[in-house]
Amino acid sequence: MKVTVDQDACTGSGQCVLVCPDVFDQREEDGIVVLLRDSPEPGLREGVGEAARLCPARAITLSGS
Amino acid sequence: MSRPSRIVVVGASAAGLTAAEALRRDGFTGSLTLVGAERREPYDRPPLSKQILLGRWTPDRVTLGRHESRAALGADWRLGVAATGLDTGARELALSDGGVLPYDGLVIATGVVPRRLPSGHELGGVHVLRTLGDALALREGLLAARSVVVVGAGFLGTEVAAVARRLGLDVTLVDPLPAPLTDRLGDRVARLLAGLHAGHGVRLRPGTLVTGLTGHDGQVDGVDLDGGAHVPADLVLVAVGSAPATGWLTGSGLDVEDGVECDHRCRAAPGVVAAGDVASWRHPRFGRLRVEHRLNATEQGTAAARTLLGGQAPFAPVPYFWTDQYDVKIQVHGVTGGDARFQVVAGDPATGRFAGLYGRDGHVIGAMSWNLPRQARELRRHVAERTPWRQATTG
Repeated sequence: MKVTVDQDACTGSGQCVLVCPDVFDQREEDGIVVLLRDSPEPGLREGVGEAARLCPARAITLSGS
Repeated sequence: MSRPSRIVVVGASAAGLTAAEALRRDGFTGSLTLVGAERREPYDRPPLSKQILLGRWTPDRVTLGRHESRAALGADWRLGVAATGLDTGARELALSDGGVLPYDGLVIATGVVPRRLPSGHELGGVHVLRTLGDALALREGLLAARSVVVVGAGFLGTEVAAVARRLGLDVTLVDPLPAPLTDRLGDRVARLLAGLHAGHGVRLRPGTLVTGLTGHDGQVDGVDLDGGAHVPADLVLVAVGSAPATGWLTGSGLDVEDGVECDHRCRAAPGVVAAGDVASWRHPRFGRLRVEHRLNATEQGTAAARTLLGGQAPFAPVPYFWTDQYDVKIQVHGVTGGDARFQVVAGDPATGRFAGLYGRDGHVIGAMSWNLPRQARELRRHVAERTPWRQATTG
Protein backbone atom coordinates (compact mmCIF):
# COMPACT_ATOMS: atom_id res chain seq x y z
CA MET A 1 0.00 0.00 0.00
CA LYS A 2 1.18 3.45 -0.94
CA VAL A 3 0.02 6.61 0.84
CA THR A 4 0.04 10.10 -0.62
CA VAL A 5 -1.06 13.32 1.02
CA ASP A 6 -2.26 16.54 -0.55
CA GLN A 7 -0.73 19.32 1.52
CA ASP A 8 -2.62 21.96 -0.44
CA ALA A 9 -5.97 20.44 0.47
CA CYS A 10 -5.00 19.61 4.07
CA THR A 11 -6.74 21.78 6.66
CA GLY A 12 -4.59 20.70 9.59
CA SER A 13 -7.37 19.03 11.56
CA GLY A 14 -4.98 16.39 12.85
CA GLN A 15 -7.57 13.61 12.65
CA CYS A 16 -5.01 11.44 10.84
CA VAL A 17 -2.52 11.89 13.67
CA LEU A 18 -5.17 10.99 16.23
CA VAL A 19 -5.93 7.64 14.58
CA CYS A 20 -2.55 6.77 13.04
CA PRO A 21 0.39 8.61 14.65
CA ASP A 22 2.89 6.10 13.23
CA VAL A 23 2.24 7.32 9.70
CA PHE A 24 1.08 10.92 10.02
CA ASP A 25 2.29 14.02 11.81
CA GLN A 26 1.60 17.75 11.55
CA ARG A 27 4.00 20.58 10.79
CA GLU A 28 4.61 22.69 13.86
CA GLU A 29 4.02 26.06 12.19
CA ASP A 30 0.74 25.47 10.38
CA GLY A 31 -0.49 21.99 11.28
CA ILE A 32 -0.29 20.71 7.71
CA VAL A 33 0.08 16.94 7.36
CA VAL A 34 3.51 15.34 7.17
CA LEU A 35 3.86 11.76 5.95
CA LEU A 36 6.24 9.79 8.17
CA ARG A 37 6.27 6.76 5.86
CA ASP A 38 4.65 6.39 2.47
CA SER A 39 4.60 2.58 2.36
CA PRO A 40 3.30 1.55 5.77
CA GLU A 41 3.59 -2.08 6.81
CA PRO A 42 0.46 -4.26 6.75
CA GLY A 43 -0.19 -3.83 10.46
CA LEU A 44 -0.84 -0.12 9.92
CA ARG A 45 -3.23 -0.51 7.03
CA GLU A 46 -6.38 -0.34 9.08
CA GLY A 47 -5.27 2.85 10.81
CA VAL A 48 -4.22 4.45 7.53
CA GLY A 49 -7.55 3.54 5.94
CA GLU A 50 -9.38 5.03 8.91
CA ALA A 51 -7.30 8.21 8.64
CA ALA A 52 -8.09 8.52 4.93
CA ARG A 53 -11.80 8.03 5.55
CA LEU A 54 -11.95 10.51 8.42
CA CYS A 55 -9.88 13.28 6.83
CA PRO A 56 -12.31 16.20 6.53
CA ALA A 57 -10.22 17.64 3.69
CA ARG A 58 -9.98 14.30 1.80
CA ALA A 59 -6.25 14.93 1.61
CA ILE A 60 -5.11 11.32 2.05
CA THR A 61 -5.07 8.89 -0.86
CA LEU A 62 -4.27 5.18 -0.71
CA SER A 63 -3.24 3.11 -3.67
CA GLY A 64 -2.22 -0.49 -4.24
CA SER A 65 -3.28 -3.30 -1.96
CA MET B 1 -33.40 -6.49 14.52
CA SER B 2 -32.77 -8.75 11.56
CA ARG B 3 -30.20 -7.58 9.08
CA PRO B 4 -31.75 -5.60 6.25
CA SER B 5 -31.50 -6.78 2.66
CA ARG B 6 -32.69 -3.62 0.89
CA ILE B 7 -31.25 -0.31 2.04
CA VAL B 8 -32.07 3.12 0.67
CA VAL B 9 -29.88 6.13 1.47
CA VAL B 10 -31.66 9.46 1.01
CA GLY B 11 -29.15 12.21 0.43
CA ALA B 12 -26.05 11.63 -1.70
CA SER B 13 -23.69 14.09 -0.10
CA ALA B 14 -20.94 13.48 2.47
CA ALA B 15 -23.05 11.74 5.13
CA GLY B 16 -25.09 9.64 2.72
CA LEU B 17 -22.14 8.57 0.61
CA THR B 18 -20.12 7.72 3.72
CA ALA B 19 -23.01 5.65 5.08
CA ALA B 20 -23.24 3.75 1.78
CA GLU B 21 -19.51 3.06 1.81
CA ALA B 22 -19.62 1.97 5.45
CA LEU B 23 -22.50 -0.41 4.76
CA ARG B 24 -20.48 -2.18 2.08
CA ARG B 25 -17.32 -2.15 4.18
CA ASP B 26 -19.23 -3.72 7.07
CA GLY B 27 -20.40 -6.54 4.86
CA PHE B 28 -23.80 -5.47 3.60
CA THR B 29 -24.30 -7.30 0.29
CA GLY B 30 -27.97 -6.54 -0.33
CA SER B 31 -29.47 -3.98 -2.65
CA LEU B 32 -28.34 -0.42 -2.07
CA THR B 33 -29.96 2.68 -3.56
CA LEU B 34 -28.71 6.25 -3.24
CA VAL B 35 -31.22 9.03 -3.80
CA GLY B 36 -29.83 12.54 -4.37
CA ALA B 37 -31.85 15.65 -5.16
CA GLU B 38 -28.99 17.24 -7.08
CA ARG B 39 -28.05 15.96 -10.51
CA ARG B 40 -24.34 16.32 -9.80
CA GLU B 41 -22.12 13.60 -8.47
CA PRO B 42 -21.58 13.90 -4.70
CA TYR B 43 -19.32 16.78 -3.75
CA ASP B 44 -17.68 18.28 -0.73
CA ARG B 45 -18.97 21.51 0.78
CA PRO B 46 -16.27 23.13 2.96
CA PRO B 47 -14.24 24.30 -0.09
CA LEU B 48 -17.30 26.06 -1.55
CA SER B 49 -16.94 29.10 0.71
CA LYS B 50 -13.15 28.97 0.53
CA GLN B 51 -11.17 27.60 -2.45
CA ILE B 52 -14.07 27.57 -4.93
CA LEU B 53 -15.22 31.08 -4.08
CA LEU B 54 -11.67 32.40 -4.29
CA GLY B 55 -11.19 30.64 -7.63
CA ARG B 56 -8.22 28.65 -6.36
CA TRP B 57 -9.88 25.33 -7.16
CA THR B 58 -11.93 24.28 -10.16
CA PRO B 59 -15.28 22.60 -9.43
CA ASP B 60 -14.10 19.11 -10.40
CA ARG B 61 -11.79 19.14 -7.39
CA VAL B 62 -14.66 18.96 -4.88
CA THR B 63 -16.10 15.71 -6.24
CA LEU B 64 -16.38 13.17 -3.42
CA GLY B 65 -14.71 9.86 -4.01
CA ARG B 66 -13.12 8.61 -7.17
CA HIS B 67 -15.31 7.34 -9.97
CA GLU B 68 -14.02 3.78 -9.51
CA SER B 69 -14.78 3.74 -5.80
CA ARG B 70 -18.29 5.01 -6.43
CA ALA B 71 -18.79 2.32 -9.07
CA ALA B 72 -17.43 -0.29 -6.67
CA LEU B 73 -20.29 0.45 -4.28
CA GLY B 74 -22.59 -1.52 -6.53
CA ALA B 75 -25.37 0.92 -5.80
CA ASP B 76 -28.36 2.09 -7.79
CA TRP B 77 -27.87 5.85 -8.08
CA ARG B 78 -30.97 8.04 -8.37
CA LEU B 79 -29.48 11.49 -8.86
CA GLY B 80 -31.69 14.46 -9.67
CA VAL B 81 -34.52 12.79 -7.78
CA ALA B 82 -35.79 14.06 -4.43
CA ALA B 83 -37.57 12.11 -1.73
CA THR B 84 -41.08 13.47 -1.34
CA GLY B 85 -42.62 11.26 1.31
CA LEU B 86 -41.99 8.44 3.74
CA ASP B 87 -44.34 5.73 4.97
CA THR B 88 -42.58 4.12 7.92
CA GLY B 89 -45.39 1.58 8.36
CA ALA B 90 -45.29 0.22 4.83
CA ARG B 91 -41.55 0.99 4.65
CA GLU B 92 -41.80 2.86 1.40
CA LEU B 93 -40.14 6.01 0.15
CA ALA B 94 -41.90 8.23 -2.39
CA LEU B 95 -39.81 10.02 -5.01
CA SER B 96 -40.24 13.21 -7.03
CA ASP B 97 -40.24 11.22 -10.29
CA GLY B 98 -43.33 9.35 -9.10
CA GLY B 99 -41.42 6.24 -8.14
CA VAL B 100 -41.77 4.35 -4.88
CA LEU B 101 -38.83 2.60 -3.25
CA PRO B 102 -39.48 -0.15 -0.73
CA TYR B 103 -36.81 -0.56 1.94
CA ASP B 104 -36.07 -2.50 5.07
CA GLY B 105 -33.26 -0.16 6.04
CA LEU B 106 -33.29 3.60 5.48
CA VAL B 107 -30.57 6.22 6.00
CA ILE B 108 -31.81 9.81 6.11
CA ALA B 109 -29.04 12.22 5.15
CA THR B 110 -30.85 15.06 3.41
CA GLY B 111 -28.82 17.83 5.03
CA VAL B 112 -30.04 21.36 5.49
CA VAL B 113 -31.35 24.19 3.34
CA PRO B 114 -30.37 27.85 3.79
CA ARG B 115 -32.78 30.01 5.75
CA ARG B 116 -33.99 33.02 3.82
CA LEU B 117 -35.21 36.47 4.70
CA PRO B 118 -38.99 36.94 4.64
CA SER B 119 -38.71 38.85 1.36
CA GLY B 120 -36.27 40.18 -1.20
CA HIS B 121 -34.81 36.95 -2.54
CA GLU B 122 -36.50 37.50 -5.88
CA LEU B 123 -34.15 40.43 -6.55
CA GLY B 124 -31.13 39.87 -8.77
CA GLY B 125 -27.85 39.93 -6.86
CA VAL B 126 -29.29 38.27 -3.73
CA HIS B 127 -27.51 35.01 -2.96
CA VAL B 128 -27.52 32.12 -0.53
CA LEU B 129 -24.72 29.54 -0.33
CA ARG B 130 -25.25 25.84 0.10
CA THR B 131 -24.71 24.06 -3.21
CA LEU B 132 -21.87 24.07 -5.71
CA GLY B 133 -24.20 25.89 -8.09
CA ASP B 134 -24.77 28.55 -5.42
CA ALA B 135 -21.01 28.93 -4.95
CA LEU B 136 -20.31 29.35 -8.66
CA ALA B 137 -23.13 31.87 -9.01
CA LEU B 138 -21.88 33.78 -5.96
CA ARG B 139 -18.34 33.86 -7.34
CA GLU B 140 -19.57 35.20 -10.65
CA GLY B 141 -21.59 37.82 -8.80
CA LEU B 142 -18.67 38.83 -6.58
CA LEU B 143 -16.37 39.25 -9.59
CA ALA B 144 -18.84 41.68 -11.14
CA ALA B 145 -19.75 43.54 -7.94
CA ARG B 146 -18.12 46.43 -6.14
CA SER B 147 -19.92 46.36 -2.83
CA VAL B 148 -21.41 43.48 -0.89
CA VAL B 149 -23.46 43.17 2.26
CA VAL B 150 -23.19 39.86 4.07
CA VAL B 151 -26.25 39.26 6.22
CA GLY B 152 -25.26 36.97 9.08
CA ALA B 153 -21.80 36.61 10.64
CA GLY B 154 -21.77 32.87 11.24
CA PHE B 155 -19.12 30.59 9.76
CA LEU B 156 -20.42 30.98 6.23
CA GLY B 157 -20.93 34.74 6.44
CA THR B 158 -17.51 35.44 7.92
CA GLU B 159 -15.73 33.17 5.43
CA VAL B 160 -17.48 34.81 2.50
CA ALA B 161 -16.74 38.29 3.90
CA ALA B 162 -13.05 37.33 4.01
CA VAL B 163 -13.09 36.06 0.43
CA ALA B 164 -14.94 39.17 -0.77
CA ARG B 165 -12.28 41.40 0.81
CA ARG B 166 -9.59 39.32 -0.86
CA LEU B 167 -11.36 39.93 -4.17
CA GLY B 168 -11.18 43.65 -3.45
CA LEU B 169 -14.83 44.35 -2.70
CA ASP B 170 -16.27 46.82 -0.26
CA VAL B 171 -17.78 44.56 2.44
CA THR B 172 -20.30 45.19 5.19
CA LEU B 173 -21.07 42.38 7.64
CA VAL B 174 -24.37 42.69 9.50
CA ASP B 175 -25.28 40.47 12.44
CA PRO B 176 -27.50 40.64 15.52
CA LEU B 177 -24.76 39.42 17.90
CA PRO B 178 -22.26 41.79 19.54
CA ALA B 179 -19.38 40.06 17.68
CA PRO B 180 -19.18 37.32 15.03
CA LEU B 181 -19.85 33.83 16.41
CA THR B 182 -20.07 34.99 20.04
CA ASP B 183 -22.61 32.22 20.54
CA ARG B 184 -20.16 29.55 19.40
CA LEU B 185 -16.70 30.84 20.30
CA GLY B 186 -17.41 33.04 23.31
CA ASP B 187 -16.83 36.79 23.75
CA ARG B 188 -13.06 36.79 23.79
CA VAL B 189 -12.46 34.87 20.56
CA ALA B 190 -15.42 36.59 18.89
CA ARG B 191 -13.93 40.01 19.65
CA LEU B 192 -10.63 38.91 18.12
CA LEU B 193 -12.53 37.73 15.06
CA ALA B 194 -14.28 41.10 14.83
CA GLY B 195 -10.86 42.77 15.03
CA LEU B 196 -9.51 40.50 12.31
CA HIS B 197 -12.30 41.48 9.93
CA ALA B 198 -12.11 45.17 10.83
CA GLY B 199 -8.35 45.05 10.28
CA HIS B 200 -8.98 43.71 6.79
CA GLY B 201 -11.35 46.55 6.03
CA VAL B 202 -14.73 44.92 6.63
CA ARG B 203 -17.37 47.30 7.97
CA LEU B 204 -18.96 45.47 10.89
CA ARG B 205 -22.52 46.22 11.92
CA PRO B 206 -22.87 44.14 15.10
CA GLY B 207 -26.03 44.10 17.17
CA THR B 208 -27.96 44.95 14.04
CA LEU B 209 -30.89 43.37 12.24
CA VAL B 210 -31.64 43.61 8.56
CA THR B 211 -35.23 44.76 8.14
CA GLY B 212 -35.39 44.45 4.37
CA LEU B 213 -33.63 44.40 1.04
CA THR B 214 -34.05 47.28 -1.39
CA GLY B 215 -33.89 47.08 -5.16
CA HIS B 216 -34.28 48.87 -8.40
CA ASP B 217 -35.46 47.32 -11.69
CA GLY B 218 -35.40 43.88 -10.13
CA GLN B 219 -31.80 44.22 -8.96
CA VAL B 220 -30.79 44.55 -5.31
CA ASP B 221 -29.26 47.92 -4.42
CA GLY B 222 -28.97 47.77 -0.65
CA VAL B 223 -30.09 46.67 2.75
CA ASP B 224 -32.27 48.42 5.33
CA LEU B 225 -31.15 48.06 8.94
CA ASP B 226 -33.14 48.38 12.14
CA GLY B 227 -32.52 51.88 13.44
CA GLY B 228 -33.17 53.26 9.97
CA ALA B 229 -29.79 53.11 8.22
CA HIS B 230 -29.51 51.99 4.60
CA VAL B 231 -26.35 50.31 3.32
CA PRO B 232 -25.96 50.32 -0.46
CA ALA B 233 -24.75 47.10 -2.09
CA ASP B 234 -24.81 45.54 -5.51
CA LEU B 235 -24.62 42.03 -4.08
CA VAL B 236 -26.15 40.61 -0.90
CA LEU B 237 -25.33 37.24 0.60
CA VAL B 238 -27.95 35.99 3.04
CA ALA B 239 -26.18 33.66 5.46
CA VAL B 240 -28.60 33.48 8.35
CA GLY B 241 -28.29 29.80 9.12
CA SER B 242 -29.96 26.70 7.79
CA ALA B 243 -32.95 24.54 8.47
CA PRO B 244 -32.92 20.73 8.35
CA ALA B 245 -34.30 19.42 5.04
CA THR B 246 -37.20 17.51 6.57
CA GLY B 247 -40.20 18.91 4.72
CA TRP B 248 -40.60 15.60 2.91
CA LEU B 249 -41.01 13.82 6.26
CA THR B 250 -44.20 15.63 7.20
CA GLY B 251 -46.77 13.00 8.09
CA SER B 252 -44.15 10.24 8.35
CA GLY B 253 -44.53 9.97 12.10
CA LEU B 254 -40.88 10.86 12.65
CA ASP B 255 -40.16 13.70 15.07
CA VAL B 256 -38.61 16.49 12.98
CA GLU B 257 -38.87 19.51 15.27
CA ASP B 258 -35.15 20.31 14.84
CA GLY B 259 -33.89 17.76 12.35
CA VAL B 260 -34.66 14.06 12.48
CA GLU B 261 -34.79 13.16 16.15
CA CYS B 262 -32.73 10.05 16.85
CA ASP B 263 -31.65 8.07 19.87
CA HIS B 264 -28.06 7.64 21.03
CA ARG B 265 -27.41 5.24 18.12
CA CYS B 266 -28.74 7.57 15.40
CA ARG B 267 -31.94 5.53 15.16
CA ALA B 268 -35.10 7.47 14.34
CA ALA B 269 -37.52 4.54 14.02
CA PRO B 270 -37.24 0.78 13.48
CA GLY B 271 -35.11 0.35 10.36
CA VAL B 272 -34.54 4.11 10.03
CA VAL B 273 -31.36 5.97 10.93
CA ALA B 274 -30.21 9.53 10.21
CA ALA B 275 -26.79 11.12 9.78
CA GLY B 276 -25.12 14.43 9.08
CA ASP B 277 -26.53 17.95 9.24
CA VAL B 278 -30.13 16.71 9.32
CA ALA B 279 -29.73 14.36 12.30
CA SER B 280 -30.39 15.34 15.88
CA TRP B 281 -29.22 12.61 18.21
CA ARG B 282 -28.71 12.02 21.91
CA HIS B 283 -24.98 12.26 22.61
CA PRO B 284 -24.26 10.19 25.73
CA ARG B 285 -22.26 13.03 27.27
CA PHE B 286 -23.36 16.26 25.63
CA GLY B 287 -27.08 15.58 25.33
CA ARG B 288 -29.11 16.34 22.24
CA LEU B 289 -26.92 17.62 19.41
CA ARG B 290 -27.32 18.42 15.75
CA VAL B 291 -23.93 19.14 14.21
CA GLU B 292 -23.60 20.92 10.85
CA HIS B 293 -19.91 20.25 10.30
CA ARG B 294 -17.94 18.19 7.84
CA LEU B 295 -16.27 15.64 10.10
CA ASN B 296 -19.60 14.80 11.70
CA ALA B 297 -21.02 13.84 8.31
CA THR B 298 -18.30 11.19 8.00
CA GLU B 299 -18.42 9.98 11.58
CA GLN B 300 -22.18 9.88 11.83
CA GLY B 301 -22.64 8.35 8.39
CA THR B 302 -20.38 5.52 9.52
CA ALA B 303 -22.10 5.17 12.90
CA ALA B 304 -25.62 5.20 11.43
CA ALA B 305 -24.65 2.49 8.93
CA ARG B 306 -23.39 0.30 11.76
CA THR B 307 -26.60 0.78 13.72
CA LEU B 308 -28.62 -0.23 10.69
CA LEU B 309 -26.63 -3.47 10.50
CA GLY B 310 -27.32 -4.24 14.15
CA GLY B 311 -24.58 -2.29 15.92
CA GLN B 312 -25.30 -1.32 19.51
CA ALA B 313 -22.60 1.30 20.16
CA PRO B 314 -23.73 4.81 21.04
CA PHE B 315 -22.51 7.60 18.78
CA ALA B 316 -20.30 9.63 21.11
CA PRO B 317 -17.81 11.66 19.05
CA VAL B 318 -15.78 14.70 19.99
CA PRO B 319 -17.24 17.08 17.39
CA TYR B 320 -14.77 19.11 15.34
CA PHE B 321 -14.91 22.06 13.01
CA TRP B 322 -12.57 24.53 11.44
CA THR B 323 -12.85 27.81 9.62
CA ASP B 324 -10.35 29.61 7.39
CA GLN B 325 -10.53 33.40 7.23
CA TYR B 326 -7.77 35.49 5.61
CA ASP B 327 -4.59 33.87 6.96
CA VAL B 328 -6.22 32.63 10.15
CA LYS B 329 -7.30 29.07 10.79
CA ILE B 330 -9.56 28.48 13.76
CA GLN B 331 -10.13 24.92 14.90
CA VAL B 332 -12.46 23.70 17.60
CA HIS B 333 -12.77 20.26 19.13
CA GLY B 334 -15.69 19.48 21.40
CA VAL B 335 -18.77 21.42 22.28
CA THR B 336 -18.48 25.12 22.88
CA GLY B 337 -20.96 27.85 23.58
CA GLY B 338 -21.10 31.51 24.40
CA ASP B 339 -21.88 30.68 28.03
CA ALA B 340 -18.90 28.35 28.53
CA ARG B 341 -15.86 29.66 30.38
CA PHE B 342 -12.77 30.20 28.27
CA GLN B 343 -9.08 30.40 29.02
CA VAL B 344 -6.02 30.77 26.81
CA VAL B 345 -3.59 27.98 27.69
CA ALA B 346 -0.95 28.25 24.92
CA GLY B 347 0.45 31.05 22.79
CA ASP B 348 -0.78 34.61 23.05
CA PRO B 349 -3.65 36.33 21.27
CA ALA B 350 -1.40 39.40 20.87
CA THR B 351 0.92 37.39 18.62
CA GLY B 352 -1.91 35.97 16.51
CA ARG B 353 -1.25 32.40 17.62
CA PHE B 354 -2.95 30.88 20.62
CA ALA B 355 -4.98 27.96 21.89
CA GLY B 356 -7.58 27.79 24.62
CA LEU B 357 -10.02 25.62 26.47
CA TYR B 358 -13.75 25.90 27.06
CA GLY B 359 -15.22 24.60 30.29
CA ARG B 360 -18.55 24.01 31.92
CA ASP B 361 -19.58 22.43 35.22
CA GLY B 362 -15.97 22.07 36.31
CA HIS B 363 -14.79 20.13 33.24
CA VAL B 364 -13.27 20.83 29.86
CA ILE B 365 -15.87 20.64 27.09
CA GLY B 366 -13.96 22.19 24.20
CA ALA B 367 -10.50 23.05 22.86
CA MET B 368 -9.72 25.65 20.23
CA SER B 369 -6.76 27.12 18.43
CA TRP B 370 -6.13 30.24 16.39
CA ASN B 371 -3.24 29.49 14.06
CA LEU B 372 -1.90 26.78 16.38
CA PRO B 373 -3.39 23.62 14.81
CA ARG B 374 -1.18 21.09 16.54
CA GLN B 375 -2.05 22.47 19.94
CA ALA B 376 -5.77 22.14 19.24
CA ARG B 377 -5.26 18.49 18.52
CA GLU B 378 -3.15 18.01 21.63
CA LEU B 379 -5.67 19.82 23.83
CA ARG B 380 -8.47 17.68 22.43
CA ARG B 381 -7.62 14.94 24.90
CA HIS B 382 -8.92 17.14 27.71
CA VAL B 383 -12.29 17.09 25.97
CA ALA B 384 -12.18 13.35 25.32
CA GLU B 385 -11.01 12.58 28.85
CA ARG B 386 -13.29 15.14 30.48
CA THR B 387 -10.37 16.66 32.38
CA PRO B 388 -11.34 18.76 35.40
CA TRP B 389 -11.13 22.44 34.49
CA ARG B 390 -8.72 23.35 37.28
CA GLN B 391 -6.31 20.57 36.35
CA ALA B 392 -6.32 21.39 32.62
CA THR B 393 -5.87 25.13 33.09
CA THR B 394 -3.22 25.15 35.81
CA GLY B 395 -1.04 22.26 34.59
